[in-house]
Amino acid sequence: MTLRQCAIYGKGGIGKSTTTQNLVAGLAEAGKKVMIVGCDPKADSTRLILHSKAQETIMHLAAEAGSVEDLELEDVLKTGYAEIKCVESGGPEPGVGCAGRGVITAINFLEEEGAYEEDLDFVFYDVLGDVVCGGFAMPIRENKAQEIYIVVSGEMMAMYAANNISKGIVKYATSGGVRLAGLICNSRNTDREDELIEALAAKLGTQMIHFVPRDNVVQRAEIRRMTCIEYDPSAKQSDEYRALANKIIENTNLVIPEPLTMDELEELLMEFGIMDEEDESIVGQTASEEA
Amino acid sequence: MSQQVDDIQPSYPLFREQEYKDNLTNKREMYEERHPQEKIDEVFNWTTTQEYQELNFNREALTVNPAKACQPLGAVLCSLGFEKTLPYVHGSQGCVAYFRTYFNRHFKEPIACVSDSMTEDAAVFGGQKNMFDGLENAKAMYKPEMIAVSTTCMAEVIGDDLNAFIGNAKKAGHVPEEYPTPFAHTPSFVGSHTTGWDNMFEGIARYFTLNHMEDKEVGSNGKINIVPGFETYLGNYRVMHRMLKEMGVSYSFLCDPTEVLDTPADGQFRMYAGGTTIDEVKDAPNATDTLLLQPWQLVKTKKFVKNTWKQPATDMNIPMGLEWTDEFLMKVSELTGQPIPESLEVERGRLVDMITDSHAWLHGKKFGLYGDADFVMGMSKFLLELGAEPIHVLCNHANKRWKKAMEKILADSPYGANSEVHIGKDLWHFRSLMFTNKPDFMIGNSYGKFIQRDTLYKGKEHEVPLIRIGFPIFDRHHMHRDTTLGYEGAMYMLRMLVNSVLERLDDDTRGMGTTDYNYDLIR
Repeated sequence: MTLRQCAIYGKGGIGKSTTTQNLVAGLAEAGKKVMIVGCDPKADSTRLILHSKAQETIMHLAAEAGSVEDLELEDVLKTGYAEIKCVESGGPEPGVGCAGRGVITAINFLEEEGAYEEDLDFVFYDVLGDVVCGGFAMPIRENKAQEIYIVVSGEMMAMYAANNISKGIVKYATSGGVRLAGLICNSRNTDREDELIEALAAKLGTQMIHFVPRDNVVQRAEIRRMTCIEYDPSAKQSDEYRALANKIIENTNLVIPEPLTMDELEELLMEFGIMDEEDESIVGQTASEEA
Repeated sequence: MSQQVDDIQPSYPLFREQEYKDNLTNKREMYEERHPQEKIDEVFNWTTTQEYQELNFNREALTVNPAKACQPLGAVLCSLGFEKTLPYVHGSQGCVAYFRTYFNRHFKEPIACVSDSMTEDAAVFGGQKNMFDGLENAKAMYKPEMIAVSTTCMAEVIGDDLNAFIGNAKKAGHVPEEYPTPFAHTPSFVGSHTTGWDNMFEGIARYFTLNHMEDKEVGSNGKINIVPGFETYLGNYRVMHRMLKEMGVSYSFLCDPTEVLDTPADGQFRMYAGGTTIDEVKDAPNATDTLLLQPWQLVKTKKFVKNTWKQPATDMNIPMGLEWTDEFLMKVSELTGQPIPESLEVERGRLVDMITDSHAWLHGKKFGLYGDADFVMGMSKFLLELGAEPIHVLCNHANKRWKKAMEKILADSPYGANSEVHIGKDLWHFRSLMFTNKPDFMIGNSYGKFIQRDTLYKGKEHEVPLIRIGFPIFDRHHMHRDTTLGYEGAMYMLRMLVNSVLERLDDDTRGMGTTDYNYDLIR
């Protein structure tokens, strides 16, 4: 099997890291060899696999060693549950330096050191919520991730973010092989959430690859720094992640997305009652004017 | 091969020997996949046409030989003008190597300047740690009494905060709290070397005066301040000192690198020499006024002088040529009450005499010129005074206001009637102009020599010789010691111009029995 590289994007706080680690656990359980590359200065993309607070990052170790050139692959690449390989790019404290450059440096280092040449079936990039600069698009540049999954829920801002990310993908898709592979709905238990996300996926020209229901077992596992599959293999939720993992293994539905215009997106949200019809007559009116 | 140890030949004439000619021809034919000479000539000739010029001037995406340098280069020159000051560039090493070699090649002097060597991890985590170690090491190693900090692109792109970093370095005890560390943000991708000079100067003025204005009073020290701007002619500093001394004016020269850029070979290395003292900078707000010798590049400084020092920062032009030197001296006289002494009047008279002596050779001669905003304007003005025609006036870093002012100056003289002013254009644009509307000479820095070569390739009658006035001048020695400001500077430039004309005429008329009827002993 050739190496498949996948990047996970989505609004901040939507559950990208949790979903990624759980689904990767599902892949590993199915016998796939997987590596997770955390592309977020918070470095919380691998804790459930490694049972650690936060993995030591490439950038942190490079700063300690003096430069990136002084690092060896085994210094940064850790192995956790079910032989899943884990690496975190790391980055600066908030307010200083350049986190985007950190992602670029880290991924270049992994390439040069041959991290991708190992016997692998999947690489998953878990990328910080907002693609704010070129650094955070590094995982979808040429020869990196070809499949992008967007984690989304039936909330307005999550869907805005998904649409924006799709716009970003279009930029790279026209010049390279990167494609949108599907939306993963991480449920927030809103009304008709599955229908809404399916409608959004259809408009984007993609699929809702799986609907992951809400289940407290995920939180219970997380407190123990474990994935659901490791903590309680028999839980119903574990089967959900296994299902997602299988769908990803089978997935061949890779598309260049067709992002919605703002009006189209708002229409969709109104149709599902998430947003009220805008009353143009009150725009720019102060409280005293209205009275 | 054919080199012998006691007779080493440089590339010219060595490569003209048959052995090398064969070797180079062979290489070209076998490995270079070179187009046939006819094709190369065809393209070359096309680049000299009006049609190509139009394409060239519609160029959108590319700059070829920009005729300007980057901000921190200017910041470094500014820092060198202060006593025992070490220029410190927060950023990567290669940038500083560039600044140092650039000045080395122009001034033929060692240039003290350090970087804090930001590498990959500093780019990600920010350069605070580099600043801590850099300041501490630079102070311990080179014992400066002031460290003037500027920045390279890398530090600017990631948004490093100099104020905070330097403050934290002091709090953490890397350098003492009271140790002078003025700073300026100098992103290379904004403006040019003159912007960087302006920023660094404003940074130094701000550092020593902004929070110490309560006991300052304009005019209380009876001095005037002189701010040179990005000035690489050492004679210009010296001529200003001389003229002001002859006038008996009390003044502070704010930024004066003449000593450190011209140290003698007497067996003693001087990392620091001369320069404006910190006390003079601290005292600067007490002066009657601050005169900016290159006003078009000192925008930020001017604002600071007006708003913080509350001085008028009297408007002026670069004191270049006859009229603008008059204007400068009269302004100084007006500000200080000191009369213009006879010695300067005599000097002026000598310049006027020289101009009349040479005018027959310079009248109607056409020039193309490029360089910094103030220099180009002053030079154009001087050419007009000589009755010469500055037909192509190009400044890459100048703004639209400058262009308007420049066009006004040209419009006010009959010799400016055929002139065109270009801003935001580079030397490849300039090259087109040298072919399509050939001047007699071009005036600019050393980079013009390649345009001269190209014009000669088209034919001797197309050649536009370069007169080297500007920065950098890498391929001639010691010209940086000359003067371009004041009457003295005008004399120097006049001599350069008229003798270039006469040299050229001799070149053209040296043909025995063909053109030598005009190969005259007396010109």
